[in-house]
Amino acid sequence: MDLGSISVVLLVASIMVSATPILLAAIGEMVVEKAGVLNLGVEGMMITGAVVGFAFAVNSGSPMFGFVAAALAGALLSSAFALLTQFLLSNQVATGLGLTLVGLGLSSLIGKPYEGIKSPTLPKLDIPILSDLPVVGRMLFSHDIMVYLSLLLVVCVWAFLKYTRAGLILRAVGESHDSAHALGYRVVRVRFLAILFGGACAGLGGAYLSLVRVPQWTEGMTAGAGWIALAIVVFASWRAGRILVGAYLFGGVTVLQLNLQAAGANVPVALLSASPYLITILVLIVISARGAHGAPASLARPFHASS
Amino acid sequence: MIRRTLMTGAALALALGSSAFAASHSETTKACFIYVGPIGDGGWTYQHHQGALAVKEEFGDKVEIAWQESVPEGADAERALTQMALSGCDIIFTTSFGYMDATNAVAEKFPDIKFEHATGYKREHPNVSTYDARFYEGRAVVGHIAGSMTETNKIGYIASFPIPEVIQGINSYFLHAQKVNPDVELVVTWVYTWFDPAKEADAARAMIDQGVDVITAHTDSTAPLAEAAKEGGKVIGFGQASDMAAFMTNDDGTPGPRVASIIDNWNPYYIKRVQAVMDGTWEQQASWAGMPEGEVVIGEMNALVPENVQQEVNDMVAAITAGEYHPFTGPINKQDGSAWLGEGEVADDGTLAGMNFYVEGITGEIPN
Repeated sequence: MDLGSISVVLLVASIMVSATPILLAAIGEMVVEKAGVLNLGVEGMMITGAVVGFAFAVNSGSPMFGFVAAALAGALLSSAFALLTQFLLSNQVATGLGLTLVGLGLSSLIGKPYEGIKSPTLPKLDIPILSDLPVVGRMLFSHDIMVYLSLLLVVCVWAFLKYTRAGLILRAVGESHDSAHALGYRVVRVRFLAILFGGACAGLGGAYLSLVRVPQWTEGMTAGAGWIALAIVVFASWRAGRILVGAYLFGGVTVLQLNLQAAGANVPVALLSASPYLITILVLIVISARGAHGAPASLARPFHASS
Repeated sequence: MIRRTLMTGAALALALGSSAFAASHSETTKACFIYVGPIGDGGWTYQHHQGALAVKEEFGDKVEIAWQESVPEGADAERALTQMALSGCDIIFTTSFGYMDATNAVAEKFPDIKFEHATGYKREHPNVSTYDARFYEGRAVVGHIAGSMTETNKIGYIASFPIPEVIQGINSYFLHAQKVNPDVELVVTWVYTWFDPAKEADAARAMIDQGVDVITAHTDSTAPLAEAAKEGGKVIGFGQASDMAAFMTNDDGTPGPRVASIIDNWNPYYIKRVQAVMDGTWEQQASWAGMPEGEVVIGEMNALVPENVQQEVNDMVAAITAGEYHPFTGPINKQDGSAWLGEGEVADDGTLAGMNFYVEGITGEIPN
């Protein structure tokens, strides 16, 4: 065993990259769930974002354009979910699962011509002064712009939910849609917008996979990342700060165990791989033992103004 | 989805309703394939699908082919297989190790349908055959290239699951790298998946960060090569299962990270077995073919491979193809130092098929 061959600098840098897709998807899904909607279609929206982002980046030569297109594609797909669940009052769980299946099928259809093609990828930023700092420069300040945007997004979501009036309304809709409706807030409109936001974030997360992390298009390439994002929302008990912790933990454990193996450490791989899920279950036990489970009270309940 | 359900329903009704169904169906032979990943993985599943298409091309209207992609190993495989069996398949190829028990379980219920399970060893019913390719012959060749070309003397292997097929590959890769470079060190990383591009990329990244400069993968996607490509020529790798020719050359025309490849060519086997079903001569067997039969092929090398190494590779391929050289030829010791093969002794297929030990010189343990 030679643990000395693991460089902490490279390890942290690699964790940040590895966690970014699930961070983006999870922060979006958290806002959706805060508004009282459970969208299980994260995986489908992510992979649609991955393929659309890739296609647009290849055709335009600009990865940023790819990200924008991916966000729009994710939002577009989620609007189908929003229409079905908010206006036609379909079951959210079933519709979300359907969305995942649609996304997977649609993406492999769109992606056929893009297999085996390379895409332009995001350059690593060279931030003046910061990037040149010893150790932390390489570790924290020489990533591509999406890593920082994802962190910024977490801060924005946190501030939005905590300090703004709109954030308060969104939370009210998620806690008790009847009360919010009685106060004159447009429950369906708020939820519709939240769902679109969640879709856009999932699309960005998917595009980060296909444009930066892997970077190529392969059918089924999200390989369950959307479900991990859903687990992170629960793990975080619907708080933005903890989403960040959760995403870096989930991403970190994977990267860490691979690094430990490569260094020759004798680690129980299966146990380490399962550990984020075990921790999620533990967190659930702890929060339910404390009595406050943190889930929005109206989560996954359908709303119609007549009822 | 709906269409498939309808078809299953119709097939079920027919199968239950009349035995004439089977008779009327026998004019065309239906060959079915179950894939563990998507066809678009560019590797393992892609190659099996090429084999399916070759069957169609060979026999034209006389066969009908059907397939299902991304069928998880485990319980769901049994459902998918049953569905296929009910839909009138005459022969079903199950193309991943993890379908082993499901294949045998379903085969018991459908004695008239032939089952062919890839890379497994269980043939519990007379209608189950197994087939495999001697991938370790290809691993020997890329191991030779790895040992010759590494600058850091650290070579990596992204391993999927600790099963004999993978362990053969690791041992063969290491033995032949060590033969040309006694100082070489092998880093094995287990990812416990056949297909997860992000995780495969992470594994490649972890090894690159620790100084590995040659990576071979035993997983199905091209992600490890894409990760190697980020290093601007300092890290090389190999096409796995399929040629992965897209990584042979970079966009600017310089040689890419894929210096060679191991190609699984299932076409001859699939054509032969479907032919046997059509002729009524199909019999249970355990096929294990390699370079001599054309099932394992080394893809074209790119310009990064030095001329003398290319020559050595060609010689080695010729020797294996001619049956003059076996990649596991003694003296070889096991990891603990105990003797396995004596001078000039060749490994027998039984030991290889159940291989569960590393050879001497590999550090680390096989997880269980």
